[in-house]
Amino acid sequence: MTTGLVFAVAGAILFSMGVAGVILLAHLLRRILAFNLMGSGAFLVLVGLAQRAGIADPVPQAMVLTGIVVAVAATALALALARRLHALTGAYTLPEARDD
Amino acid sequence: MKAVVLAAAAFAALLVAVMLDLPAAAVDLPAAVAANLSHSGVAHPVTAVLLNFRGYDTLLEIGVLLLALLVVLAVSPHAEEPAGAARVSVEPVLQAIARIAVPLMLLAAVYLLWAGAHRPGGAFQAGAVLAAAAVLLHLAGLLPGWHAPKLLLRAGLAGGFLVFLAAAAALLARGALLAYPPAAAGALILVIESALTVSLGLTLAGLFLFLSRDEA
Amino acid sequence: MTELADPVAWLILLPLFWATGAFLLGPGRGAGLAIAGTAVQCALTFVLAGELLAHGSRSHAVGGWGAPLGIDLGVDGLAAVMLLLTQMAGLPLLLFARGYFRPDDAAARHFWPLAGFLLAGLNALFLSADLFNLYVTLELVGLAAVGLVAAGGGAGQIAAALRYLFATLVGSGMYLLGVALVYGAYGTVSIAPLAPLVDAGAPAAVRIAAALMLAGLMLKTALFPFHYWLPPAHGGAPAPVSALLSALVVKASFYLILRLWLGPFAPLADAVAWLPALLGSAAILWGSWRAIRAARLKMLVAWSTVAQLGYLFLIFPLLGPDAGSGNTALQAGGMQVVAHGLAKAAMFTAAGVLIHVTGRDDVAGVAGIADRLPVTLFAFALAGVTLMGLPPSGGFLAKWLLIDAALAQGQWGLVAVIVAGGLLAAAYVFRVLRQAFMVPPQGERRHPAQHASPLLEWTAFALAAASVLLGLRGMELLRLLAVGSGT
Repeated sequence: MTTGLVFAVAGAILFSMGVAGVILLAHLLRRILAFNLMGSGAFLVLVGLAQRAGIADPVPQAMVLTGIVVAVAATALALALARRLHALTGAYTLPEARDD
Repeated sequence: MKAVVLAAAAFAALLVAVMLDLPAAAVDLPAAVAANLSHSGVAHPVTAVLLNFRGYDTLLEIGVLLLALLVVLAVSPHAEEPAGAARVSVEPVLQAIARIAVPLMLLAAVYLLWAGAHRPGGAFQAGAVLAAAAVLLHLAGLLPGWHAPKLLLRAGLAGGFLVFLAAAAALLARGALLAYPPAAAGALILVIESALTVSLGLTLAGLFLFLSRDEA
Repeated sequence: MTELADPVAWLILLPLFWATGAFLLGPGRGAGLAIAGTAVQCALTFVLAGELLAHGSRSHAVGGWGAPLGIDLGVDGLAAVMLLLTQMAGLPLLLFARGYFRPDDAAARHFWPLAGFLLAGLNALFLSADLFNLYVTLELVGLAAVGLVAAGGGAGQIAAALRYLFATLVGSGMYLLGVALVYGAYGTVSIAPLAPLVDAGAPAAVRIAAALMLAGLMLKTALFPFHYWLPPAHGGAPAPVSALLSALVVKASFYLILRLWLGPFAPLADAVAWLPALLGSAAILWGSWRAIRAARLKMLVAWSTVAQLGYLFLIFPLLGPDAGSGNTALQAGGMQVVAHGLAKAAMFTAAGVLIHVTGRDDVAGVAGIADRLPVTLFAFALAGVTLMGLPPSGGFLAKWLLIDAALAQGQWGLVAVIVAGGLLAAAYVFRVLRQAFMVPPQGERRHPAQHASPLLEWTAFALAAASVLLGLRGMELLRLLAVGSGT
C-alpha cells in the first residue's frame, strides 16, 4: 500500500464522516466543520489516488489549491450566515422550515 | 440516525475497496506538464498549472472569493460606523509581538510571491500571509474591525480580479483566452500575481474583519 | 480581430466585468451597467447561435494549450439553448428587479454584483468542457444563489439560505469526490479525452464516481426526495431572486446531469435509467399536491417548480435504446427547460407584483384583484397555460414530444404520469385564477389603492408571452438543439 493510497483511504473515510456530520448534526458551527472535513476528504482522495504509483503529479495539486480557496470562500459565507442567524434568533440551530 | 451512520460507514468501506483495486491511468499529464514547462514562463510545475495551463480555473476561483466577500457584506447589518473608538484589548505582550511579527510577515509575503516561480509559493500563499498579519493586528487591538468598505478599499479588493480579467481579455487577440506569449509569460504572470496578492490579502482579511464587529 | 470578439470568451468575461464594476460603484448601484451588459450578452448569444447553425459545434482551447493539459470550452446545440435561456430570461428579470426594489431596500444593496456573478457562473458552466472547471462554476453559481436568497433578509430568509447552502455544498462535495475518482482512474478531467476511454467494462471506481456525481447534481436540482431545501429558499426570497433561481439555477445542474449522461458516462447509464424517471414521477405528484395545498402564493409557485422539474427526469429512460425517439426525448427535455424557465420567471414576477400591491402573501389575499391588475393576472394565466401543457404553448410542445417518445418505446406509465401532471397543474393554477377573478375582495387592504408600475407588469407579461409563443416557433429552437448532438 503506497503513501498515495494511504492518503486516499483516509480521504474516503473523512469524506463519509463529513457528509454524515452535515446531515446529522444540529449545531451550525459543527455542520460547517463537518463540511470542511468532507472537503478535505475529497482533496485527499484527489491527490492521493492520482499519485498512488509514487510519481508526483502537479495537476491534482493545483486543483486542490483551487479547491481549498473555494472551500474557504464557502466556509466564510456559511459563517457569516450563521452569525447573522445567531444575531437574529439567538441560536445556532436552524428553525423549522416554513414551506407552506 | 443510526441508518445514516451505517450508510456512511458502508460507503467508506466500498470506496476503500474500490480504490485499492484501480488499474493504472491512461493519460499521463505529468509528462505533458514537464514537456511544456519551458514555454509556460515559470519554473515550478504547480505554479505553471495554476497560473498558465489551468489559469482559467484560477480566474474563476478569485471570482468565487470576491463573491464570498460580497455575500458577507450583503448579510451584515447596515450599521453606521460607530462614533466611539473600537473595542481595544490592551494586552501589551501581544501588541509588542505583533509589532515585531507583522513587518516580518510582510517580508515573508513578498518572498513567497517572488519564490512562486521556482518553488512552492505564489499569490495565494502570499495573500494568506498578508491576511494573517491583518488578523494578528486586529486580535492585538492595533487594527479596528472593518465596516462598509469605502471606494479605496473596494478598489483594492476588486483590483487583482480586474487586472486578471483585463489580461485575459487582452490576450484574446492572440487567439484564445489567457494565451500568454511564451517570451513574456513569466513577466506577465508576475504582474498578475502581484495584483492578486494585494487583493487576496485584503479579501481574506476582509472575510474576518467585516464579521468581527460587535453585534448590538 | 475576430478572435478578439469571440462570443464564447465574452459571454464569460463580460458579466464578470460588470459585476465587479457594480461592486466598485457601491451599495445599491450598478443597475444600468448590469442591464446594458446583459443586453450585449443577448446579442452575443444570438451571434453564437447563428455561427452554430452555420458551422456546427466548436470548442475554444483556453490558453491555447488544448485538453487534456489545458481547459477546453465547448459549445454545441444544447449549450447554446441553455445560454439563450439564461440571457433571454435574465434581461427581463434584471429590468423587473430595477423596478421592483425600492431605493432603501436592504435586499437591493448588493443585488447587482451578485446577479452578475450568477450570470457569469451560469454562462461559464454551460460553456465548460472540463469536469474540475465545472466544479468551480457550480460553486460560483451556488454561492451566488445562496447570497441572493440571504441578502438583506430576516431570520426566515437566512435560515432558508443556510439550508440551501448545506444542500448545495454536499451536492458539489459529492461531485468533487466523483471527479477525484475519475482523475485517479483515467488521469484526466477533460470531457473530450474521457469519452472514448469510458466503456462498459469501466472499473468499479468509475461507476461509483458516476453515481456520486449524478446524486450530487440531483441534490442540487432538488429532485424528489432531495427537494426539501427548494420551497423555503425559492418561496421566501424576493420575487426577482425567486425567478432567477427557479428559471435558471436549478436548470444548470440538470444540464450537467444531461451532459454527463449523454457524454462520458453514456455506456454506464442504461442500467439505472429507470431511477430518475421514478423520482421524477414522484416529484410531479408530490410537488403538485403540495402546490394545491399551499397557503402562500410564492410557496405555491415554488412547489410548482419541484413538480415541473420532475418532467425533466422522465426523459432519461427514453434517451438510450432507440435513436429516433431518443432524439425526440432530448428535444422534449430541451423544450421543457426553456418553456418552464420562461413560464416560471413570469409566474414569480407576477406573484411578486400581486404581493407588492395587495400587501399580503397568501393565496386568499389576491381575492378580487382582477380589475386592478389585469395585465399581471393575464401573465400568470399565460404562464399557467405553459405549465399545464395547453396548446400552442412551449409547454404543450414539450409534453407532446415527451408523450411521443414514451409511446414509441411503449412506456405507458410515463404517459399516465405526464397526463396526470398536467391535470394537477391545472388544479393549482386555477386555484389562483379563481381567487383573483371570482372571489370578491375581502376586508381591508394593507396598502390600499396602490398600482404596480407598468414596467413590472409588462416584463412579467413579456416572459409569459414568450413561453407561450415558444410553441409556435419551436422548430428553430429544436434545430439549434440538434447541432452537435449526433455524437
